[in-house]
Amino acid sequence: MSGRSTAWWWVGALAIVLYCMFPVAWIVSLSLKAPSDLDNGSFLPSAVTWQNYELILTGSASELFLPALRNSVGICLIATGIAVVLAALCAYAVARLDFPGKAFVLGLSLAVSMFPVISIVTPLFNIWRAIGLFDTWAGLVIPYLSITLPLSIWTLTAFFREIPWEMEQAAQVDGATTAQAFRKVIVPLAGPGVATTAIIAFFLAWNDFVYGISLTSTEAARPVPAALAFFTGASQFEEPTGAISAAAVIVTIPVVVLVLLFQRQIVAGLTQGAVKG
Amino acid sequence: MSATTSTAPPPQRAPRTPHRSDRARQEARLGMMLCAPAILVLLAVVGYPILQAVWDSLFSYKLTNPDARSFVGLGNFVLVLSDSIWWQALGVTVLITVVTVAVELVLGFALALVMNNALSTLRPALRTAILIPYAIITVVSAFAFRFMFDLTSGFMNLWLPFVPEDLDWFGSFGTSMAVVALSEIWKTTPFISLLLLSGLAQVPGELQEAAKVDGATWWQRMRRVTIPNMKAAIMVALLFRTLDAFRIFDNIFIMTNGAAGTESVAFLAYRQTIQRLEIGIGSAVSVLLTIAVALIAVMFVKGFKVNLAGSTRAGR
Repeated sequence: MSGRSTAWWWVGALAIVLYCMFPVAWIVSLSLKAPSDLDNGSFLPSAVTWQNYELILTGSASELFLPALRNSVGICLIATGIAVVLAALCAYAVARLDFPGKAFVLGLSLAVSMFPVISIVTPLFNIWRAIGLFDTWAGLVIPYLSITLPLSIWTLTAFFREIPWEMEQAAQVDGATTAQAFRKVIVPLAGPGVATTAIIAFFLAWNDFVYGISLTSTEAARPVPAALAFFTGASQFEEPTGAISAAAVIVTIPVVVLVLLFQRQIVAGLTQGAVKG
Repeated sequence: MSATTSTAPPPQRAPRTPHRSDRARQEARLGMMLCAPAILVLLAVVGYPILQAVWDSLFSYKLTNPDARSFVGLGNFVLVLSDSIWWQALGVTVLITVVTVAVELVLGFALALVMNNALSTLRPALRTAILIPYAIITVVSAFAFRFMFDLTSGFMNLWLPFVPEDLDWFGSFGTSMAVVALSEIWKTTPFISLLLLSGLAQVPGELQEAAKVDGATWWQRMRRVTIPNMKAAIMVALLFRTLDAFRIFDNIFIMTNGAAGTESVAFLAYRQTIQRLEIGIGSAVSVLLTIAVALIAVMFVKGFKVNLAGSTRAGR
């Protein structure tokens, strides 16, 4: 590759990084602006202030933000956990066993994952009100399974197909007990795939907005994305732009950390399930 | 598949395939038992509500006046389909879908090419960067773009040379849609580019070399070798993104709240059900949206021969 074309790929790479970081950098910058600075029309704050973070973590907006953060973390973790356990059983069967209905399992999970979420919200809104699940954690965990479970089945099946399962038998031939073979051979082989699936499923649940605003009404269960939408008008004297930005930065940090730690596996998980030649 | 129907096939099949041993039957039963919980949960959380929505759509039913609930047959559908609000929402949805998916395909392809050719030292950094828009909450990216173009907090009017300083982007239809589409494109192009990148990796290197030796230009190689060989990946990416774009909701809710005629079909369903408590009409809109999504999926799978099930089975 000639020096000139190498330089061009560097330019292209730089452009991609700029493209990806630009709105993120903007929201970070906005979160560090003082209220008087918000309409200065410039990208960067003229002076860095932490008062937006104080406002949402200890100040008046914390009553809105902190319960929402707790709800989001709790509900998404539960929905991810249930989905990964159920999907692991299912994906193991699809990848390893011969039984009728495999295509049905994959087809159903694909169909569900492409489903418009809003179509499920309409009836759930009514049913949840009738049976008392409206505005509860369970009332969100259950519909979140419609997001996390199909993706987990699909992704885990792709991962499990890559595992050399013969190694389990080989270990048993070498004298390992079934439990040992599972712990020492299968868990290390399957672990990364399961972890990646859990991360992607968690991202999807964390991202949900439709269920969040439709099936909750108070801080008892309202997750962060929905709470952000309700920041508007929370304080009557100033636009909640700074508070929203600070909250947005806080909920973005865990996502960025996970991406930094697991980028290679996440890319594999996202593409393996979809494009398998 | 439910547990009751799953036990039926083996006895019928047994005479035809006498080699199908007890062991194989046991394996089949274990397989179905392992899948049963996940399948039952899927059917319960999606299948049941959808049937309920179909049922609800046949009634004139408003939550504020539950006693007046009455059967109207397809009346709600007639009502929705004869209203210009529905057609406006459908038009907005189709417009956003077509524009964003087309732009994302081109842009995503460019990103995939850069990543594919980038030096291996750069690749991890690029991969991390590209995952960030994918992983960021849609609502957060919607706020970022809204504040960027907002009249008080924004800076775009000062940065863009051909734009008047007091342009209210969210005041009119065209400009609102442009910002909504921009935010949607920013957030979802990385996903397309990752799918296309894995498609690029499947193009045989020898073919590229052979074409190069034969004197094909870069553009010729792209059109005759690269793109035909990654058609499957392109189609899968298109299918996923089209269906995803068609249910657009978050961006519109945060940026315009449906103002300036920017309401999408999903937003219309939300507004009818959750805000106006018109369960009957909202259900009808939901059912229509589901039918539209199913039609798009069928069109892709039958019309463009996107073989999703086959592509996964080939992996065995």
